[in-house]
Amino acid sequence: MKKGILLHEATDDVGVAVMDLKTGEVIGVATLEGKDVKQIKLVSDVPLGHKVAMADLPADKHVIEYGRTVGCATAPIHAGEHVHIHNIKSLRWAASKSKVLEK
Amino acid sequence: MNTYKDIPLTGYRRENGRVGIRNHVLILSVDDISNAAVEGVGNLIRGTTTLTHPYGRLQFGEDLELTFQTLIGTGRNPNVAAVVVIGIEPKWTDYIVKSIAETGKPVSGFSIERYGDLKTIEMASRKAKEYVQYATELPRVPVKWEEILVSTKCGESDTTSGLASNPTVGRVFERLEKNGNTLIFGETTEVTGAEDKIMEQCATPEIAAQFKAAFDNYQELVESQGVSLLGTQPTEGNIRGGLSTIEEKALGNVEKMGRCTVVDFLKPAEEPKKPGLHFMDSSSAAAEMVTLCCASGAVLHLFTTGQGNIIGNKIEPVIKLSANPLTVETMSEHIDVDLSGLLRFDYNLDGAADRTMEMMAHTINGRLTNAETLHHDEFVITKLYRSA
Repeated sequence: MKKGILLHEATDDVGVAVMDLKTGEVIGVATLEGKDVKQIKLVSDVPLGHKVAMADLPADKHVIEYGRTVGCATAPIHAGEHVHIHNIKSLRWAASKSKVLEK
Repeated sequence: MNTYKDIPLTGYRRENGRVGIRNHVLILSVDDISNAAVEGVGNLIRGTTTLTHPYGRLQFGEDLELTFQTLIGTGRNPNVAAVVVIGIEPKWTDYIVKSIAETGKPVSGFSIERYGDLKTIEMASRKAKEYVQYATELPRVPVKWEEILVSTKCGESDTTSGLASNPTVGRVFERLEKNGNTLIFGETTEVTGAEDKIMEQCATPEIAAQFKAAFDNYQELVESQGVSLLGTQPTEGNIRGGLSTIEEKALGNVEKMGRCTVVDFLKPAEEPKKPGLHFMDSSSAAAEMVTLCCASGAVLHLFTTGQGNIIGNKIEPVIKLSANPLTVETMSEHIDVDLSGLLRFDYNLDGAADRTMEMMAHTINGRLTNAETLHHDEFVITKLYRSA
């Protein structure tokens, strides 16, 4: 089993692929401190530098990375799925009152 | 294995007790029209370091103060042994000389009015020659890690920055904080989405409020120009690299602060007054930010990059770190510390911090950084608004 996903915090909802990962691969997940956390089966291709869900995440859930909220799920996300702009969005967009943003 | 701990450190102890890791004799322009005389001295006298810039005339208010504070702070920086200041007229020249002289280091001023460039160059060159011979007699002496004022910033970031190189700086900063080092980070414009985290790490509500005021002030400036940073962050390049939201990008940026406590808020180019991590109100443009860090007295800079920013500074050596394997391979002449092994699980965060501190130790002891060898001498004054 190869290691290929790094977690900032062991409890994060998403990890980051450190190589291109393919659907069906079972990949080891470790923290930056070098601690092995779990294995996860990829349900979609995930390119290097992109995020992978560590567990099933319901729609509207606040997504945790760096131990903090980095956005909100816009659709149900499955464990091992690619997490990016197609299924997560910034909470800043919704909160902002900027006129520019309302256009 | 902590090999960096086994490397004895040496530096230059200045008259005020502060420690420098370089020994520049600086020839400093007060204003744009004195640059020619400054370069004239630099061409005549071996061993001088010239600093020229396009400003210093008809500025006013806060903008004038920041320009002068940047010039003064750079002259006061412990990496500078002695300074020759050249300006068009005596008033501002003397002001800068006096402020630098507070450190106790040798400094002299020359103004061009009533002399012309050629006589000024001759007088200033004689003084510069004296200073070079003074500085080259100064010995390196044993110094301690905690005496090194370190600053940090990231640029041309990608996902490897938030994932590896920024957390590495964070780990280095946590160790240095424990040592009692004085540390600086900033980038007021690039922390949107992580401002809450910075505020939580501030030592007191007052410091958090000072940070928040600077942050809000900048957001208002941006909005007053009819643009929204939220619409441009993360950038298309960031998104291709895997960053999805502005919060995620900002949290990756502030990984550089590690778990350190922010002990004080600094205005641009302001000198820290105590040990610990400081937030300095600053632009996120690489050369401007590093110039401000240098002016606040930082003697060594850690600059993380994903896609390959090539920044340097004439007075404050810049160590560049990257974990992007492609950047490390294709831009190897710019990257001092290759952290791509962190992404291959070759070592963990502590291993990455060890590698970084080993390079810091060599750099403190006189090893030129890649930016220094490549003449990356960026000196960029932050201009707040247009001149009169």
